[in-house]
Amino acid sequence: MSRLLMAAADKVETTTETMMREFEQRIVASPPGVCPVDLQLAFLKVCHAQTCGKCVPCRVGLRQLENLLETVMNNEGTMETLELIERTAKSIQNTADCAIGFEAARMVLVGMEGFREDYISHVTQKKCIGAFEQPIPCIALCPAHVDIPGYVALVKEERYEDAVRLIRKDNPFPTACALVCEHPCEERCRRNMLDSSVNIRGLKRFAVEKIHADVAQVPKKAETTGKKIAIIGGGPSGLTAAYFLQLMGHQTVVFEEKEKLGGMLRYGIPNYRFPRTRLEEDVNAILSTGVEVRYGQKIGRDVTLEELRREYAAVYISIGAQIDKKFEIEGSQSNHVIPAVNMLREIGEGTTPDFSGKRVVVIGGGNVAMDCARTAIRANAKSVNIVYRRREKDMTASPDEVRGAIEEGVELTVLQAPLRIEADEQGNVAALWTQPQISGVYDKAGRPSPVKAKKEPEKIQCDMILLAIGQEIESESFAKEGVEVKRNRLVVDESGCVAGMPGVYAGGDCVSGPATVIKAIAAGKTVAANIDEYLGFEHKIRCDIEIPEPAMDNKIPSGRIHLTEREAIERKCDFEGIENSMSLEEAQQESSRCLRCDHHGCGVLRGGRELEW
Amino acid sequence: MVNITLNGKQIQVEKNLTIMEAAKQNGVMIPSLCFLKEINEIGACRVCVVEIEGKDLLVPSCNTRVEEGMVIYTNSPKVQSARESIVQMILSQHEFKCATCVRNGNCGLQKVAQDLNILEVPFPTEIEYQDWDQTFPIIRDSAKCIKCMRCVQICDKVQGLKVWDILNTGKRTSVNVRDNQDISKVNCAICGQCITHCPTGALRERDDTRKVLRAIESEDKIVVVQIAPAVRTAWGEQLGLSKEEASVGKMVAAVRRLGVNYVFDTDFSADLTIMEEGMELLDRVKSAAKPMPMFTSCCPGWVRFMKLEYPEYVEHLSTAKSPQQMFGAVTKSYFAEKLGVDPNQIFCVSIMPCVAKKYEADVEQVNDSEADKDVDAVLTTRELVRMMHMCQVNVDRLEEEEFDSPLGTGSGAGVIFGATGGVMEAALRSAYYFLNGENPGPDDFAVVRGEDGIREATVEIAGVKLRAAIVSGLGNTRKLMEKLKKKQVEYDFIEIMTCPGGCAGGGGQPIHDGEERAKERGDILYQLDQDSTLRFSHENPDVQTMYQEYFKEPLSEVSHHLLHTHQKDWEL
Repeated sequence: MSRLLMAAADKVETTTETMMREFEQRIVASPPGVCPVDLQLAFLKVCHAQTCGKCVPCRVGLRQLENLLETVMNNEGTMETLELIERTAKSIQNTADCAIGFEAARMVLVGMEGFREDYISHVTQKKCIGAFEQPIPCIALCPAHVDIPGYVALVKEERYEDAVRLIRKDNPFPTACALVCEHPCEERCRRNMLDSSVNIRGLKRFAVEKIHADVAQVPKKAETTGKKIAIIGGGPSGLTAAYFLQLMGHQTVVFEEKEKLGGMLRYGIPNYRFPRTRLEEDVNAILSTGVEVRYGQKIGRDVTLEELRREYAAVYISIGAQIDKKFEIEGSQSNHVIPAVNMLREIGEGTTPDFSGKRVVVIGGGNVAMDCARTAIRANAKSVNIVYRRREKDMTASPDEVRGAIEEGVELTVLQAPLRIEADEQGNVAALWTQPQISGVYDKAGRPSPVKAKKEPEKIQCDMILLAIGQEIESESFAKEGVEVKRNRLVVDESGCVAGMPGVYAGGDCVSGPATVIKAIAAGKTVAANIDEYLGFEHKIRCDIEIPEPAMDNKIPSGRIHLTEREAIERKCDFEGIENSMSLEEAQQESSRCLRCDHHGCGVLRGGRELEW
Repeated sequence: MVNITLNGKQIQVEKNLTIMEAAKQNGVMIPSLCFLKEINEIGACRVCVVEIEGKDLLVPSCNTRVEEGMVIYTNSPKVQSARESIVQMILSQHEFKCATCVRNGNCGLQKVAQDLNILEVPFPTEIEYQDWDQTFPIIRDSAKCIKCMRCVQICDKVQGLKVWDILNTGKRTSVNVRDNQDISKVNCAICGQCITHCPTGALRERDDTRKVLRAIESEDKIVVVQIAPAVRTAWGEQLGLSKEEASVGKMVAAVRRLGVNYVFDTDFSADLTIMEEGMELLDRVKSAAKPMPMFTSCCPGWVRFMKLEYPEYVEHLSTAKSPQQMFGAVTKSYFAEKLGVDPNQIFCVSIMPCVAKKYEADVEQVNDSEADKDVDAVLTTRELVRMMHMCQVNVDRLEEEEFDSPLGTGSGAGVIFGATGGVMEAALRSAYYFLNGENPGPDDFAVVRGEDGIREATVEIAGVKLRAAIVSGLGNTRKLMEKLKKKQVEYDFIEIMTCPGGCAGGGGQPIHDGEERAKERGDILYQLDQDSTLRFSHENPDVQTMYQEYFKEPLSEVSHHLLHTHQKDWEL
């Protein structure tokens, strides 16, 4: 007998590992709409299977929790059962010897708090609130509910114009979303159960490469209603509402403060991510429906809400979140401390900055910080340094953006909280002082909070500081005219209507706070429908395109096609687009990976394709 | 057209067909359970799976379309084995007490299991038991439900009521009344379409046959039967009779063999309904005393639907009772007097193609005779057939017989009450006579016939323009009601029948899996009308006699008391 054994690959072990990895992917692809209590029970069973069996709380306690949850699921429980579950879980949490036990119990307690209503419904109403609503994951998770399996199938058939037209049934910004959407649709793609999610955005991108949005035919407008609708703000939300309202036969008039349309798509996102020529394609298609635009119009300065209400049958406020969040630290008034939104706006207006020889510091960890940093690189800065008080992993910017920035030469200085800004005698920025942090306990959102480290402040020498710490909403003039405003955000009901002002609607960033393009588009779509109904109409937006039948050979695991980018060394020298489109071969393979949840699974029974809205 | 190879045979089939349709057109039957054309094409039961050459996984043939070059095997060893497993899985959660099941011999699951020669189930049984109100006209047995979702779909897509829903998820997924509510508390119209589209015995009507048998056995009861028009189109379907064999005369003879005392015809009271409802319509047109448009009120499913969903229109319903209830009221007044008996001595049975009629007979406010109840028991066509079995009636040996008199004479106009448009047409024939003093051609109003769920017609009678709408199916009804509410349409007279195609397609009719027979049964009614020597309700001699002897004239005080009702007061 050897004293020690060499580890050898064991079939059982490798299979188990594969299984666990697949299990993890399966959790990722959990369909929306299942009963959370049932899912909790299933998790608990997994936890119990991990138990070694040594200690009472884990061996017996988890089993008893399972029994109790089973009682609840069988609709045989009472409120006492819920109390007993809570008490038992707390005891396990307090007594278990290792994480297998106390974490399992904690998950139960978190669930009992998080979806208490579901528990209560099972014991009092003897029914599940969740019910049978497992819609198509990608469509359900797209805020605008774009028919994703539909257009993916059309791309596969090389019917690109149909694909664009189908997207436009719910979203008149196919190009913008092809280039910059955060694609929540991909999150729970059922494909994750086999390999990984379909590159939905990439396929949309391929479609709008093949046929530009302003070439794809827009639908016929309904008969003119004679109603005029004012839209305040020509960003994605306002233009979406304008587009759909035009199709419904109304006449919209967009009041835009700036010289051009597009809102943050133009004045917030740098050209290299979303080339302006591509933005024009979406805007032109929208304008082709007859939207009227008045530029240089600001509410409270050039026209009042009251006047618009008198002159128009309905008003949609979609002013976005255009101004910078104030940053109050010592020295923040120094020269060359610039809010990100200001810099990006100037670029949007056509001025290309020149930071030659400058050492630039960017404060923030979101996508805007990345935009600033990568713009600074392109503006020929000597060095660009992103300062962030948490870890790289905790950044809210998308990982691709962070990676792209690093590739282009941006340096990340993490776990450093800005302390004060040092200026020279002329009042120009000379350095940023930071306080080192350590990553601490998790906050409520599940991100570790930064805590002041027992270290001395550090000095980062620089000539310019870009503040990318968030945006604010310019809502005062609306508040003055009686629109309810909370923490600078406009308050509306679930239809998007402003309280006490029938016919006045608001949506997009100015209601939600800074969010994604697709959410702003979704708000515009919702409000368009509700304004139409408010005006006494029932216009339907539909798209009579036949969707191809699903293929049967789409179930073999295969790699997801990622979009490539121009080489960093080359792309960082200009402001041109950086992302490459798929090849036809790649688009064919990627589109054939779609599992067609519109046809398979519950989409074919309920919660499936919406032909009109 | 596309070229496919089906079980080794190369054929050309139309593009866009499902594999199941393509196979059927070529004589290859693929078993299925959950599939219902255009209503439930969800591929849930997986019984209809087939093998496609070159593909690993089997595909459901009900919702997979044929493609050029497809090589299909509908019965390969792989398919057979999978299908057997699937049916065994379904059986593990189905209480197959076939001997005591109302669908024994007419059950989709039983047929599939037999066809596949399944003799055992290798899994432990796991039956879902739920309580059910056994007094409600629709009975649901959760132990037999196979969650095919057909009831959910028919109620949602065709009837637009969404009474049935899918509750819970995962292994506890179940079908029941929406939000787990009590069936009597929701908007169920009791149309019974869920029953006629259920592949198993999970849904059936409340069985009232024993109630009737007890009355027949009872010495001091005079059992009087009325038979609704649509029953005669379908009663023979499950007795193995051809259309020609299943004649009206034979049906009368068979019913008489059950041991009842009188066999009468609901056509008689249909004619009576026309007298009252027709006059009421003219009254409304002329006097504007009551709101227009006027709706027919013969169909209790429709009356329930209106009361539940459009109560603001209840005054628009004709106050004339349905033929069933007119018959009950007449039997227990006029006829009881003729016999010289206490009305309570008469036990009035009605045989209907309908489940909602069971509800209607029990509505307290519609019972106006001196007796406790005007109609004592309602049997569906299916229950009638079961009773014939119970009483060992040998239909093969029966000679044709006549209805009894005096409530056994009906006109062709009364017969077509059983088809969509029939009530309207019968009413128009007599309205013409009432206004002009002479008969129209009997087929002058054939324009109101048809198969579409919503039809419109404008007819002119003696210079009066009548705008009519004819609707069948509650989904269609809702569409019309919404248009009416929004004033997008305007009519004078609207006929509504709850079941698609009218009573011929009623929820109480014999069940043929995957087949809709409303049209062909309706055609039988129109043929009977054609063949009838009596084509007008107002010419029914027995109805005329009854008016002379008893009611004097339509809308008289006596007829208001016995033949009219206020649906507003009806309990639901």
